[in-house]
Amino acid sequence: MQTWYAFLTGPALWVTFIVFLGGLVVRLAFLYGLSRERDRIFYNHMDWKWGFRSILHWLIPWGSASMRLQPVFSAVFILFHVGLLAVPLFLSAHNLLWDRAFGVSLWSMSDAWADALTIMVLGCGVFLFVRRMIRPEVRILTTAWDYSLLALTLAPFVTGFLAYHQWGPYELMMVLHVLSGEILLILIPFTKLGHMVLFFFTRAFIGFEMGARRGARAW
Amino acid sequence: MEQRNDSHRPVDVKKIQQLLDANNGARVRTWLGICSRCGLCAESCFFYLAHNRNPRLSPAYKFKATLGELYKRKGRVDWDFLQRCADIVWGECTTCKRCSMFCPFGIDVATLIATTRTILYSQGITPQGLARAVVNYRETGNQMGMSTEDFVDTCEWMAEESQDEVSGVTIPIDKKGAKYMYTVNPREPMFYPQDLAMAAKILTVAEEDWTMPSTGWDCTNLPMFAGDRALAGQVVRNMYEKAVELGVQAILITECGHAYRSALFEGPYLAGYPDGKPPVPIVHSVQLFYEYIRDGRIRIDPAKKLKEPVTYQDPCNVSRNGGLWEEGRKLVQFLAEDFRDMEPNRDHNHCCGGGGGYIPMGPEYKARRMASGRVKAEQIRATGAKIVIAPCHNCFDQLSDLNKEYQLGVKVMSLKEIICELMVIPEKFQPSDEGEGEGEKEA
Ligand code: SF4
Ligand code: SF4
Ligand code: SF4
Repeated sequence: MQTWYAFLTGPALWVTFIVFLGGLVVRLAFLYGLSRERDRIFYNHMDWKWGFRSILHWLIPWGSASMRLQPVFSAVFILFHVGLLAVPLFLSAHNLLWDRAFGVSLWSMSDAWADALTIMVLGCGVFLFVRRMIRPEVRILTTAWDYSLLALTLAPFVTGFLAYHQWGPYELMMVLHVLSGEILLILIPFTKLGHMVLFFFTRAFIGFEMGARRGARAW
Repeated sequence: MEQRNDSHRPVDVKKIQQLLDANNGARVRTWLGICSRCGLCAESCFFYLAHNRNPRLSPAYKFKATLGELYKRKGRVDWDFLQRCADIVWGECTTCKRCSMFCPFGIDVATLIATTRTILYSQGITPQGLARAVVNYRETGNQMGMSTEDFVDTCEWMAEESQDEVSGVTIPIDKKGAKYMYTVNPREPMFYPQDLAMAAKILTVAEEDWTMPSTGWDCTNLPMFAGDRALAGQVVRNMYEKAVELGVQAILITECGHAYRSALFEGPYLAGYPDGKPPVPIVHSVQLFYEYIRDGRIRIDPAKKLKEPVTYQDPCNVSRNGGLWEEGRKLVQFLAEDFRDMEPNRDHNHCCGGGGGYIPMGPEYKARRMASGRVKAEQIRATGAKIVIAPCHNCFDQLSDLNKEYQLGVKVMSLKEIICELMVIPEKFQPSDEGEGEGEKEA
């Protein structure tokens, strides 16, 4: 188990970061090239002001008509994303790793906060699972892959939580925690989770298209 | 819905693959790739709302089941699949673009649906009403197959008729260097010639410098809905090139929504203009009429202002997809004392349920069109209005049908009609006995 752990937090981690960041860069570069060739409309009507407004309104809670239409789902959706980003970045244990690897560390949240946020993410995740299963308009769109991705997204949180509280076999949990985190990072550039960065582009585009050309609010 | 029912014809998979490839740009690829299947868009679509939230009518389902599936299967699909797609892209989406405003990623479902229509068209699948219009465009350059002679005759006839009310009305044909080249929906010269007369009266009273072209006068673009992109490009090019040839300052679009969307936003791309801009400015009549009244070029008789409650239908392609919702509203408030807005309104309005080619698709689609128009009917009923102003012929026809179907008890009117009723005819345009006499002699 020790060797596994060492491997996963050593070379495998580097590979993961390279694939994650490299994958995102390659996907963006590829799409950029393609858009240059085939999506002139993107550049003909570019307008930063509308692009930013379009992005901003969908980042601030209930900043869009659509979010206000479904306030509960939006709340879950916002909390889920906040937790997804904050816990891995600001967890103190991760900060030690950042420090060891890059010699820099971010602001650290207390373990109690991390714990609470983790529970929140898991709670939101369960909500999203259930919503996928019971809301007809969501279920009809959902494939097995959507459930799998959601499970994979939650896996590092479940295992991290169990490991921190030393429930179950600690070492195995740590191995699973690192492994699931790495799998998730590697998947991001190649799946719909790419929306982590692509969101900004599609939102900017609809801002140019509806806002800059017609003055219509795309939010 | 019936499309063209020879299910034994082989599917031209090669052609489909070519089109899939040609459309596989960064936008389409990204949209199809990042849709999170969150279902947020469902609530935005009136088809979904009108059919008791049937999940098959959510925007995401519509593109997933059609274009999404075509990409997934790399175009290797059978005839039944294509028929099902046709049913969705023509029978369940009016390409109104409302859902793009409610999707976190702003996925432009209308573009995905339009792309699917193009692919189906390449297989000879398109609703019959649109197929007929396409033939007419090929033969005559307009959707109703009207000859230039008939068109010019109608214009002359209408100019004469109008002189009883406004003296000096003419409809100048192919006048070089005019300020506006006025283009219309063929429905006007064909079935409602008084629409031409009303426009001529308004433009005369405003002392506008305008002309009607003898060709390229059909600003509507049904091939765009049929999925025939090449012909759609030709149709706009006819109009643009005529405007350039006449040396006019702008093209003026009648009270028609899709025509405006085609001329200003989609047309330049269809016609192959690389910068995405039309060669001359495009002005919609809502904008021009608003300016006339605002600037006092047309005066409204305050005593005649509409007293009954009035509401305004924001046509998707004049408001959300045309950006003219404020102008439309202000214009209505010049004309009516009791204006009541629908909810939601402006750029977030609902489609009337007859757009995207639905009405010209013909009677086979009428029952579905009435069912999906329920949302609009309820919106109108809730305002308590007695008059609905619709500055789009398509909305006008759909609302008139809805009015009967749902017994709304309203009167559907166009802006031209109301302006003509309410405007003050200045002395110099008051028909005198002398003028009439002359008119008769000439006739
Ligand atoms: S474009 Fe309009 S009709 Fe089509 S799916 Fe979106 S909201 Fe519905
Ligand atoms: S709202 Fe957008 S991302 Fe969500 S299901 Fe609809 S199209 Fe997909
Ligand atoms: S908006 Fe209506 S009238 Fe105008 S082109 Fe479209 S279908 Fe025709």
